[in-house]
This record gives sequence, structure tokens and C-alpha cells, in this order.
Amino acid sequence: MNRYFLRSILPPLVVLIAVSISWELSVRMRGTGGEYHMPLPTPSGIVHAISEQSSEFLAATCVTAEGALLGFVASALVGCTTAVLLSSSIWLRRALYPYTLFFQTVPVIAIAPMLEIWSGAGLRAVVIVAFIVSVFPVIANTLGGLLSTDPALEDLFRLYGSGAVARLWKLKLPSALPSLLVGLQVAAGLAVIGTVVAEFFVGTFGQNEGLGVKIVSNAKYGHTDAVFAGVLLASLLGLAMFCGVNLAGRFLLRRWHPSEREPL
Amino acid sequence: MRRMGKGVGVEMIGLRRVFDGGVAAIDNLSFTVSPGEFVAILGPSGCGKSTLLRIIAGLDRATAGSVKSSGETKIAYVFQDAHLLPWRNVLRNVALPLELMGVEKSQRLAAAEEALKHVGLADAIGRYPNQLSGGMRMRVSLARALVTQPTLLLLDEPFAALDEITRQKLDEQLRALWLDRGMTVIFVTHSTGEAVFLADRAVVLTARPARIVRDGPITLPPRRNGALRTSAEFAAQTRFVFEALEQAGA
Repeated sequence: MNRYFLRSILPPLVVLIAVSISWELSVRMRGTGGEYHMPLPTPSGIVHAISEQSSEFLAATCVTAEGALLGFVASALVGCTTAVLLSSSIWLRRALYPYTLFFQTVPVIAIAPMLEIWSGAGLRAVVIVAFIVSVFPVIANTLGGLLSTDPALEDLFRLYGSGAVARLWKLKLPSALPSLLVGLQVAAGLAVIGTVVAEFFVGTFGQNEGLGVKIVSNAKYGHTDAVFAGVLLASLLGLAMFCGVNLAGRFLLRRWHPSEREPL
Repeated sequence: MRRMGKGVGVEMIGLRRVFDGGVAAIDNLSFTVSPGEFVAILGPSGCGKSTLLRIIAGLDRATAGSVKSSGETKIAYVFQDAHLLPWRNVLRNVALPLELMGVEKSQRLAAAEEALKHVGLADAIGRYPNQLSGGMRMRVSLARALVTQPTLLLLDEPFAALDEITRQKLDEQLRALWLDRGMTVIFVTHSTGEAVFLADRAVVLTARPARIVRDGPITLPPRRNGALRTSAEFAAQTRFVFEALEQAGA
């Protein structure tokens, strides 16, 4: 544990403290007396804003977390299923893969107002946006993993008369697992970003306010401390989801995959 | 001498395999392997040896010609590298062929343990492929091939990536396993020494398209050990095969 602290916790902690202190000092030393008043909050101001409205921020984080998690789960399920379908036939791939790229390239902000019309403001619209933003990395990485299965092992399975289902469960999916997890890691962060952006446009005000709504409303009133507090909490939420995927990956791959062999 | 009847005979008639783009890997190749025979197939690299083996195994289709076998064919195939499933331990890797064939769990694990004993890896059953040396991985691969009690064992340069000493040990082990079990073995290699040490018959092929330049017996005693490699008779047999190989490459 001590060793773990030294190697994994201490280095980023030192950076965090150093950046916070220099940030705090540089803002304070410039003061507010200059010609241009730059509304940059101090780290202490952000922490203060969070503690002042702690219950509201906690509630907002939970609302955003719900949207992000649902979007992420939808991405994981739909993304994996799509990848498996696409991997099964080269013609399906040729016909459909270009269209999955739309999920990556669609300007989701532009269609957010339409989503509000189609499904109403609130959770459902938010989840749809989170899903759209995060599904492509799951499809692309899982498909890549499925298609790079060792051909000699495919031969071996064929030699012993294995069916397509056994080949998928016992060979292709386990081979694709490391890349699938990379896709999920990317998707976890994107799902949070998608949720916050969606909340700007289709979030509900007054009740069930997510972090995106808090950020927008505080920005309107120039409460920069609270804006940054919302940004910080959203980032931490994304980080937590990323770590969750990482942990699951470490558990699944610990025995055999080189990426998990070296203790961090 | 050795228990016969466990191996299956294979007859190749007028085999031809043309790849997309018109390159013929094999053209009009015919030869017969008797039940229980240990045959080495040699040839310059890229001469279609692997293609031939894949056609015999049914992993590739011949453009023309056919492969006939003389009885119940249970084929096992050993690749150039071990190709184990990295997420399975040694025991479950060896049990895989039986699992795919639908053999019940306790039965297939018992058979896998037995096969691992035969290759001298009884104490490694719980380990994962990444915890094994290259030689051990190849022995696991060999055990996986033997677990179904094959009547025809096909090996495609299986020990080529290993160091000389490990390779010689595995050759001795394979020869002993064959004497014990009597299955038919077709062993593809480009090493004359390995072919002479292992097999009772050497078939030397030319470069693409593969044609037979020499097909003859290797007259050495059935039981072979490391000392044989330095004997005069071994050297004479090796030279014989080597000359054929040179002729094939030219």
C-alpha cells in the first residue's frame, strides 16, 4: 500500500498541490484592481462554492451521474451488439460501417433542440445525447478487436467443428475484450461530457437540475466560482466512471493480458 | 515392435491449389501415406508445404484433386507457434478440442490431465500461457493436439521458433509419443536434421508449384536418442536428404 501510494498517488498529488497553490497566488496577487478584471476564481473560491451549496451540488451530480450512466450503459450494450453484427459479415460491414461514423460526426448540439421536441426535456433526451456521443468508440474498438482474432485459433476451432456461437463466446469476444475495454474507457468520459452538454439545452430547470443546468444558470449571473465548481464536479464524475471501467478491466484481464501485468 | 492400427492412411491424388492471382502453390501432386507412418515433408520456404497440410486438414480446399483416408480420421493440427488461448490456464487450453466436440466436463479435464502427463507438464496445469517458456507452450500445444487421440497428426514446422536444445528435446519426445501411440504423422519442416531424426520417410518438394523430387525411406533404428545425431549413419541419411533439398531449391 505504501509502495502503491508512492508510485501512483504521490506524483499526481504533488502536481495538484503545486498547480493549486500557484493558481491561487497568481489570482490573488493580480488582485481585482487592474484595468481588466479577469473573472478567474481561485481554487479556494471553488471549494468554498461547493461547500456552501453542498447539498444542491450533490443532488446535481447525482442527476448528471444518472444520465451519464444510462447513456454509457446504452452505448456499451448497443455498441457491442453492433460490433458483433458487423464482424459477422464483410458485406454488412461494407454496407453499414460508414453510417456508424455518423454517431461520431453528428453535431449533437445542433440536433439537441429537435430531441427536445421529439422526446421532451429531461432525462430521456439527455440519455439519448450521451448515447450518441459515446457509442462510436465502443463500436470501433470492439469491431477492431473482433476482427483481429488470431486466424490460427479460428482454424483450430473450425478443425474441431465448433459452431459460430462457440467461436464468438470462447474465442472472438475474449480476444476482443482488451480493445472493448479501451472503447468503454473512452465512452465513459464522453458520456459525461455528452450529458452535461445535453443539460445545457434539454435539461430541466427547477427540479432535477443536473450539473449542466447549474453551470448555465450560474454563468448567467456571473457566479464564476459556482460555474467552476460545476465543471470540477463534472470532471470528477467522468474520472470516477473511467476508473470504474479500469477497475473492471483490471479484474477481467489480470491473469493474462500484458496491459495488466505490470503493477502500476 | 510398435502397436499398429491406430493410424489412418492418407492418399493424395492429383492435388492442385491455385490462389487468387493465378499462382499455383501445388500442381498435380500425388502420394500415399500408410497407416501409422511418420512422414517428413521438406522443401524450400514458400513451396506450398503448409498449403498441402491445410488441404489435408480440410482447412483449405484444393482447386483440383482429392484427399482420401483409409478409415476413421481424427485430425489434430500443430501450428508454427503454440497459439494457446491466453485467458485460459494450461489444463483448460488442452481440454479445448474436447470441449468444442461436446465432451462432458469431468471427462475432458481428465483427458487433458492425461495428455499433459505425456508431454511432461503434469505440474503446470494451473498456470497461464504467459507464465510459460516457449518450449513449455509448444508442449501444451502438442498436448492439446494429442488430447483427442488423433489418428492423423499434422505438424507445420512446430518447433521452428525454439532454440536448438529445446527443439531436440521436443523431437525426441514426439518420436517417443509416436512409438507409443502409432498414429499417422505428417511433419512439415525445412530442417534436414529434424526430418531425419523424426521420420521414417522423407518427401522432398520443389519450389512453387510443389513437385516431389525425392520420396524415400530413412533407414535408422525405430528408437532414437540424442546420441544418434552424431552417428555416421545419421550423417549419411542427412546428406541424402540435403542433396535432394538442394536439387529442389535450384
